[in-house]
Amino acid sequence: MIPRTLFAKVWDAHVVAELPEGPALLYVDLHLVHEVTSPQAFEGLRLSGRRVRRPELTVATVDHNVSTGARGLPLADELSARQISALVENTREFGVRLYDLDSPEQGIVHVIGPELGLTQPGMTVVCGDSHTSTHGAFGALAFGIGTSEVEHVLATQCIVQARPRTMEVRFEGVLQPGVSAKDLILALVRRIGTAGASGHVIEYAGEAVRAMSMEGRMTICNMSIEAGARAGMIAPDDTTWSYLEGRRYAPAGARWEQALAVWSRLGTDTGAGFDRRVSVDAGSLEPQVTWGTSPGMASDITGYVPDPDQAPSETDRRSYQRALEYMELQPGTPLEGLRVNRVFLGSCTNARIEDLREAALVVRGRKVAGGVRAMVVPGSRQVKAAAEQEGLDRIFTDAGFEWRNPGCSMCLGMNEDVLAPGERCASTSNRNFEGRQGRGGRTHLMSPGMAAAAAIAGCLVDVRTYLPR
Amino acid sequence: MQPFSSHSGRVVALRRANVDTDQIIPKQFLKRIERSGFGRFLFHDWRYRVDGTPDPEFELNQPQAQGATILLAGANFGCGSSREHAPWALQDYGFKAIIAPSFADIFYANCFQNGLLPIALPASLVDDLFQRCLQRMDYQLTVDLPEQVVGDAHGFQASFSIDDYRRQMLLSGLDEIGRTLLEEPLIAAFERKRAMQAAS
Ligand code: SF4
Repeated sequence: MIPRTLFAKVWDAHVVAELPEGPALLYVDLHLVHEVTSPQAFEGLRLSGRRVRRPELTVATVDHNVSTGARGLPLADELSARQISALVENTREFGVRLYDLDSPEQGIVHVIGPELGLTQPGMTVVCGDSHTSTHGAFGALAFGIGTSEVEHVLATQCIVQARPRTMEVRFEGVLQPGVSAKDLILALVRRIGTAGASGHVIEYAGEAVRAMSMEGRMTICNMSIEAGARAGMIAPDDTTWSYLEGRRYAPAGARWEQALAVWSRLGTDTGAGFDRRVSVDAGSLEPQVTWGTSPGMASDITGYVPDPDQAPSETDRRSYQRALEYMELQPGTPLEGLRVNRVFLGSCTNARIEDLREAALVVRGRKVAGGVRAMVVPGSRQVKAAAEQEGLDRIFTDAGFEWRNPGCSMCLGMNEDVLAPGERCASTSNRNFEGRQGRGGRTHLMSPGMAAAAAIAGCLVDVRTYLPR
Repeated sequence: MQPFSSHSGRVVALRRANVDTDQIIPKQFLKRIERSGFGRFLFHDWRYRVDGTPDPEFELNQPQAQGATILLAGANFGCGSSREHAPWALQDYGFKAIIAPSFADIFYANCFQNGLLPIALPASLVDDLFQRCLQRMDYQLTVDLPEQVVGDAHGFQASFSIDDYRRQMLLSGLDEIGRTLLEEPLIAAFERKRAMQAAS
């Protein structure tokens, strides 16, 4: 047998047809749906008189524009309310399961899929959302699609895809205290660039990945898209099994044993080839923080705002220049000590229980600095409940954080959680684009521990000085 | 979908790399449940100042950009969010083609679903086009999809390549779902095989 990669095994198992014009028709095992990128797709089905081919493989939730304030109140924003009720009506009409605002399982689509055990090794998963790559942490092939493709998957349960290239990223070594999954992925994007993995599916491997929890693996796969990748994947192992066992939609009993037998053969065979390989020394990595308006514009926290004149190319020089103007930063300024007004702990990148624990460790017994508004937005109702069970909510609220309800919130600012012009935010989300968190708002991406430390210090700061001894 | 064959039109240059879909169509305009009407909001936060008046500095607001149908841009155009609202907005505004050194994958795929043609050319050629565009008040390009060439009236000519599947889709204005449903017997067979494996 020719040795194959994890990607190739999952891909090959889902090819329904090789179309004569080139691409393959791939079968989709799990189609996740949310309110913002689906209304036009359902409308398209209606107009052409089509139905959802496999409603039982389709799961919907509301996350992008929901309020993170008290539940049960009518949404103040009429357009958001209309979009949410469109999803309620569409899922009812087409027979699709919906975790709506009242559901105890509601949350960010990429948090609830794994949490409910819907996401499983070896699956193909798609969603009208670029961070669908998150689900690759389980050894699934998971990628984001556009609304026309959402309609296509609803109607056919298939997606047309050209076979992507493969890239192996090895994170070697043992992480230093205070360094987490977010730092690894930020360091990778910084190194290979935001288009560095275009057209590729990344497989993450190496000692640091093996040692990592499922939450950490999801953080890494989540931001594969920030490196331009089609998807990110990690071979499933014991960590994967222990996360999955007993989850609502995970197989149980004899089926669990059967599944394990199949899943444990998914990993990349020795000798399988990749189109590209990158190796990162994870052991020497410092906490990372972004200084610009693209996720690749990152630095060690001990670093400085770069000088555009030192940029590697003319294109970069222009981008740096623009970014520094937007971020209102001067070249040569130390990143540590940069004052922030807002702190956002949330998003599909870093709002799982382990992320909240990592932040709480820093926050415990301390107070949010004066003049800083800090909020925690758990990724799902289940994460929120689990955190409350552990008393994490008290740690945050005692320190002066707001403890809010789940949703995408200030990751993209479609609801009322937005930055005011000129506000500077330490954020655990994934995109620092101009205006992403609110027009004129300035975003610095970092890990949950780093964001928590920034809340306490009132400025960007090295989390390592805040770790309990 | 509108079929696309060839097109001649005015070019506007947006010389920035990594233009993300959050800039193309900011999130506050994603709440519409229709596919149409996004053109007014294209590049909103760059196009309009906070008080709502057009920013005369922005490339699309300059006199020589009025009526442009071809957008020239920097590398990795359309990165970030998968929102198809981005090609909807570009198209609704009047763009037929976008030329850049490279495109983000999801954006690239979304363009074809809507009859908008993304053309990737080597960075040096795109640089040449930037120069040409900046030198003229009314710079025009002609894009020929069947021949896969783009050129101007002043000696510029370059070939590009679009994979067969997508080229056919654009040329015929084909509904991709209709195309896939031709494979219905194979989809059904795949599902039967799956069901049998699951039962065994
Ligand atoms: S949390 Fe942010 S990145 Fe994740 S799905 Fe929501 S909006 Fe997208």
